Amino acid sequence: MTARETEFKDYLQGGGQVETGDWMPDEYRARLVKFIEMHGNSELMGVLPEREWILRAPTLQRKLALTAKVQDEVGHAQLIYRVVEDLGKPREQCLDDLISGVSKFHNVFHYPTKTWGDVGVIAWLVDAAAIISQKALLKCSYAPYARIMKKICWEESFHILHGRDVVLTLVNGTDEQRGLVQEAINRWWGPLMQFHGNPIAAESDPMVEWRIKSQANEDARQQFLDGYVPQIWELGLSVPDPALRKDEETGVWHYSEPDWDELKHVVTGHGPKSQERLDFRRRFRDQEAWVRQAVLTEAA
Amino acid sequence: MIYEVFRQERKGQAFQHAGSITAPNDAFAEAYAREQYGRRQESEALWLVARTALREIHDFPDELQKSYHRVDGYSLKAKLKEARERAGTTAPADR
Repeated sequence: MTARETEFKDYLQGGGQVETGDWMPDEYRARLVKFIEMHGNSELMGVLPEREWILRAPTLQRKLALTAKVQDEVGHAQLIYRVVEDLGKPREQCLDDLISGVSKFHNVFHYPTKTWGDVGVIAWLVDAAAIISQKALLKCSYAPYARIMKKICWEESFHILHGRDVVLTLVNGTDEQRGLVQEAINRWWGPLMQFHGNPIAAESDPMVEWRIKSQANEDARQQFLDGYVPQIWELGLSVPDPALRKDEETGVWHYSEPDWDELKHVVTGHGPKSQERLDFRRRFRDQEAWVRQAVLTEAA
Repeated sequence: MIYEVFRQERKGQAFQHAGSITAPNDAFAEAYAREQYGRRQESEALWLVARTALREIHDFPDELQKSYHRVDGYSLKAKLKEARERAGTTAPADR
């Protein structure tokens, strides 16, 4: 490492922040692009499981709320790709890499949304897991990313509330409706436990070293379990892991080892819905090309 | 074109940089900014500025070390002590 890079790292470790036009080491820039791009991809792909339920939402109010959530997530993708663009990778290239499978998106968006119960559980628990990571990113050393995270977290809070409201309505309904929630939790628990990644120690995580991330994966998972398992249990619902328990003395949650092979398999494009959703993106990118063309011609 | 967006949250507050958007012209920029930063009544006003119109300044040299126009240029402690001694008084809090 050159003296300048060492100095840069020390600056970051001391809490220093970096702006778009500032000098930065190539490795820092490359790591930022990869990480932030995957976040953008996840926002964009994350609307597809929910989009499928807009037309099937049980009431007009739910339809409007779900549409608003989808709009929020697409908006997040736009803001995030904008940040990536300023780091040197154009949005068109991000989209090319997404649909050709070169870049990745979060594991939870590779699974089907079978019932309205899944919609509630996604908005409640998947968004809860996501907001834990995103809140930690408010302290990211790359300031433009940290700044838009403020707006993103603010909107995610509405999603969690909306999801919890859907879940509460269902558990207060018929046995069948209650069953939809329990089945959805059973389906989503595995992916949710994989969501924050394998428990790599913060000291050996280069993302922490560059202060792109400031939270260890396991800390995020513990925070999720601590915040949400009691909320699941209080509704009389169960979590499909017989080993799950909190050690009251240490405050640490114990759980069965998440299936890391499944995580790897899924995020490399082999999830149950990976290819179908990428196909959807490919199809729409072609189909809507004329809109982009028309807008740019009109503006020229 | 890239537009920088500045957002005022409440009347009377300073505009703060919120993010940037890409738009082919001013009309699209306005529509996108409304959608991104105003659709939940979270903003009182927005400023959209084409990035190319921004003039940035980063360096503020102080070759003459002009401490006389800053508060850290004035250390009164020793002088005050001497003045009190000459006047035969003590600090107000000690009285």
